[in-house]
Amino acid sequence: MYSTKYIKPNSTSEALEAVKSMGEGKFLAGGMTLIPTLKQRLASPDGLVDISGCDLDSISDEGDAIKIGAMTKHASVAESDLVKKAVPALAKLADGIGDRQVRNRGTLGGSVANNDPSACYPSAVLALKAIVHTNTRSIEADEFFTGMFETALEENEMIEAISFSKPTKANYVKFPNPASRYAMVGVFVAQFNDGVRVAVTGAGEGGVFRHAEMEAALSSNYNADALSALEISSEGLISDLHASPEYRANLIKEMTKRAVV
Amino acid sequence: MNEVTKIDGIGSSVRRTEDKKFLTGKGRYTDDINRPGQVQAYFLRSDVAHAEIKSIDTKAAQSAPGVVGVFTGSDIAADKVGGPICGWVVPCRDGSSTKEPPHPLLAQGKVRFVGDAVAVVVAETMEQAKSAAELIDVDYNELTPVVDFVNADKGAQIHEEVPNNCYFDWELGDESATNKAIKSAAKVVKLSVRNNRLVPNAMEPRSALAEYDSLDESYTLHTTSQNPHLTRLVLAAFMFAIPESKLRVIAPDVGGGFGSKIYVYIEEAVCVWASKKIGRPVKWTADRTQAFLTDCHGRDHANDVQLALDDNNKIIGLRVDTVCNLGAYLSAFSVVVPTILHGTLLSGQYDIPAIYTNVKGMATNTVNVDAYRGAGRPEATYLLERTMETAAREVGMDPAEFRRINFIPKDAFPYQTQVALQYDIGDYEPHLDKAMEMIDYSNFEKRRAEAAKRGMYRGIGMSSYIEACGLAPSAVVGALGGRVGQWESASVRVNPTGTISVFTGSHSHGQGHATTFAQIVADKLGIPIENVEVIHGDTDKTPFGMGSYGSRSLASGGSAISKAVDKIINKSKKIAAHLLEASEDDIDFKDGKFVVGGTDKEKAFGEIALAAYVPHNYPLETLEPGLEENAFYDPTNFVFPSGTHIAEVEIDPATGVVEVVDWAACDDFGNLVNPMIVEGQVHGGIAQGIGQALLEDAHYDENGQLLTASYMDYCMPRADDLPSFKVGYTNTPCTHNDLGVKGCGEAGAIASPPALINAVIDALSPLGVTDMSMPATPQKVWKAIQESQSVAAE
Ligand SMILES: Cc1cc2nc3c(=O)[nH]c(=O)nc-3n(C[C@H](O)[C@H](O)[C@H](O)COP(=O)(O)OP(=O)(O)OC[C@H]3O[C@@H](n4cnc5c(N)ncnc54)[C@H](O)[C@@H]3O)c2cc1C
Repeated sequence: MYSTKYIKPNSTSEALEAVKSMGEGKFLAGGMTLIPTLKQRLASPDGLVDISGCDLDSISDEGDAIKIGAMTKHASVAESDLVKKAVPALAKLADGIGDRQVRNRGTLGGSVANNDPSACYPSAVLALKAIVHTNTRSIEADEFFTGMFETALEENEMIEAISFSKPTKANYVKFPNPASRYAMVGVFVAQFNDGVRVAVTGAGEGGVFRHAEMEAALSSNYNADALSALEISSEGLISDLHASPEYRANLIKEMTKRAVV
Repeated sequence: MNEVTKIDGIGSSVRRTEDKKFLTGKGRYTDDINRPGQVQAYFLRSDVAHAEIKSIDTKAAQSAPGVVGVFTGSDIAADKVGGPICGWVVPCRDGSSTKEPPHPLLAQGKVRFVGDAVAVVVAETMEQAKSAAELIDVDYNELTPVVDFVNADKGAQIHEEVPNNCYFDWELGDESATNKAIKSAAKVVKLSVRNNRLVPNAMEPRSALAEYDSLDESYTLHTTSQNPHLTRLVLAAFMFAIPESKLRVIAPDVGGGFGSKIYVYIEEAVCVWASKKIGRPVKWTADRTQAFLTDCHGRDHANDVQLALDDNNKIIGLRVDTVCNLGAYLSAFSVVVPTILHGTLLSGQYDIPAIYTNVKGMATNTVNVDAYRGAGRPEATYLLERTMETAAREVGMDPAEFRRINFIPKDAFPYQTQVALQYDIGDYEPHLDKAMEMIDYSNFEKRRAEAAKRGMYRGIGMSSYIEACGLAPSAVVGALGGRVGQWESASVRVNPTGTISVFTGSHSHGQGHATTFAQIVADKLGIPIENVEVIHGDTDKTPFGMGSYGSRSLASGGSAISKAVDKIINKSKKIAAHLLEASEDDIDFKDGKFVVGGTDKEKAFGEIALAAYVPHNYPLETLEPGLEENAFYDPTNFVFPSGTHIAEVEIDPATGVVEVVDWAACDDFGNLVNPMIVEGQVHGGIAQGIGQALLEDAHYDENGQLLTASYMDYCMPRADDLPSFKVGYTNTPCTHNDLGVKGCGEAGAIASPPALINAVIDALSPLGVTDMSMPATPQKVWKAIQESQSVAAE
């Protein structure tokens, strides 16, 4: 890696000041994505602002939502009694990310800010009508993800927490890429009083997306059979060594069926 | 099996004595070693697959911070340093020999694969070396890359010395007899298979640390090698033209090799060269990306098979035409792997009266391909066992029965195959029967029906393999084109108090030699295993030896130790006879004691040792003092392990996921010294075979870029990909070594891929599927199911 500055402030305001003072600064969360990028010399930020000392790792019950701090580790979400009770699907998702080491370093904020097209969390954010709270504003999930590795975040904008609405029912089913075990297709299905939301990750050329036809079908009948007649289009789906768009389309339907139980 | 007489002798599952340091993270690997004044080397590598180098400008790099030297191919050429050599060549059909193009330590004029070393930067730190390397400007004139090895003869010529990109075109067997058998056959079964390309992925990446001592003009090289003496020989005699005595090679703890650490690579040679040039110790360690790009890969064959049967379904002929990918340069054993170690195994366990094979070894713009766990034998077993099962299906016989009627009968040993080898001993039906029993073969159809009720396709597949290991004898190796001997050495030093230091020419990089070899000595001398220390991996300590690969360590290295211990016992008897005032012929050695037959007069082994080193009462006029013996053992034949593996799978038609639900392995390894270590080797081998069959695939795109250059895309087997293995044994002890042992290190990787693919095809056969290539990924299996359904719908 190229040499760079490293600081670890004690509050979000100090962190924001620090990152602004750098030409091109980067927040460092769990480092599970950022550090390998630096080691391979694919990025050369002027400085790293480690935000692990900024008190951003609490989980709280907000009535009809669960609010999770950006620096909360995947393992903490997986183990949280609050999450397990209110949105067990979210705890299950966190428990299926990477391996033990990754789950004990990687964070919610880092994952969502990074918006890897194969990451798991973005599907939960989208399906659970989440609100992304930053240092300047609150962004609705539908506005947040803007493309592969792209989000609505402005330069030096920090995610502080994310509120996930409590669904009446939800589930996340992931078909892992055999090598990386990221999602080759991951489907988060969430049922609310006003309808069902289905978010698909791992499959779209533009990153995570909602699947309107499956949402409509499941909103009128929350049952795997409701999907049987649907033809899932392979248009806009990722093609790589491991899966063709057609195979991904098949997996989207299959994983969604398995999620609706 | 051997009778278990002592808790820590031959046949007992002693816990591995070396594991304490490994399990506690205290292993001492090359990269753990640091020398005062050490600098770091970083190799600038080609990012294009095939190009002429128009110019290299290193000026900016030379003056970058921390840089102590930047060198290119012209510096190497100026010092007349040779490149890696090919250790084995074969004759071609047209009477010419294998084409051996030079492999310069740093590219000269041309780059031939992505990863080819163009320059080396030596700096105070690795990061400084990397930064400086970014300042090197290489101007390439790109040429069309050759990636598809089957059509490589039509591609741009990669080496001046290699017309049509064909290193060799070799044959073995009787072509006219084989063709005649095929012509007259009642049925000919035809099959084309691919053996997918694999990356060895040893846990420890390659590393080298070279140091030059200007006062006595000698070098010390720590390196990740499976055979430090061979590394020294090649470096000293062929690359640097220095006396071997001026180069010490140490392979300390080495974290796996699987073949990939047999050869001398350019990086370690450059470190040796640079250490003198710069006058400081030079270290290089590969990161995982470099390991993917530059470690020799394995397999990569395309085989066309024709199997001729008579009216009774007896095999009357086998023809195999093979094209294989050897990559950009010839590595040390690139040539022998797909020829001698492949063609000679084509008879398998079967009595085949006519066999012919032709192998073309092609050059491509991909990294070199060489030995990988099994080396040639997995490829032979894969094509043969796939064909056996295909043939059984086509003639409507149970695959087990079809094998059974074609097995070499038990009373036919020693059996001369039509492809040069003579099997000394074997008995194949017992391991077939036992494996079938272990997996409850007879009730399989019930399990298939039960799975179908759950919507799953269940299949079963087998593979009866043979392998030849402990490459030997040296004279035959020489006659077949080998440029090395294939014996092994041991030196057994009895210390004055009766403890033993064993110096072996073998090298352990995970196999557990410290335990197994100590067991042999302990067993033969009747002493506790704690009193035996095994030393390996240092050319200044151990006798010249050939190292470890090809499952040779126990059969060859263990036999050498056994012979040296016999010499110790013989000399000890003489000493005992003197001390006990008896005739040497009357001395019996048993349970660590020398006893005068029929009396209670005895001397313990420790007393003899002490007498040898404190020879106050000792027959000095007829016997030298001291107790230390050497042995060099040249086996009279290969050893031939064999066995049957049976795999059972379930396939989810909705996703194409193949789950391995059961596995039975019944192997004949001859006598077992440490059954626990053997079982571990079997497990590891099967895991690698399952990796090849379901998960692993080294994939270059048409531009010669390795797309699977990290674990994000190259899929290694994980624990949850594997079933719990059922492991069993039969035993026909090897007839030509004292220990009656064969080899077990590669068997799992040889036996398993065809068993697994046969099971996948069996599961899908109700749909009409008859072929499946490796790796059988979920996408590929799903697609096969889709296609069979659309065919059915038409
Ligand atoms: C082996 C391995 C397996 C993995 N498997 C999976 C998997 O199965 N599923 C999955 O979803 N993920 C997986 N991951 C990714 C993992 O979840 C990471 O945690 C995640 O990608 C990044 O989180 P991080 O906390 O490590 O962020 P970092 O790497 O520290 O940061 C990532 C990016 O986000 C920015 N950032 C971080 N925090 C904030 C913030 N609060 N506000 C604004 N920007 C911020 C950083 O500046 C950086 O650009 C895997 C990772 C590894 C190494």
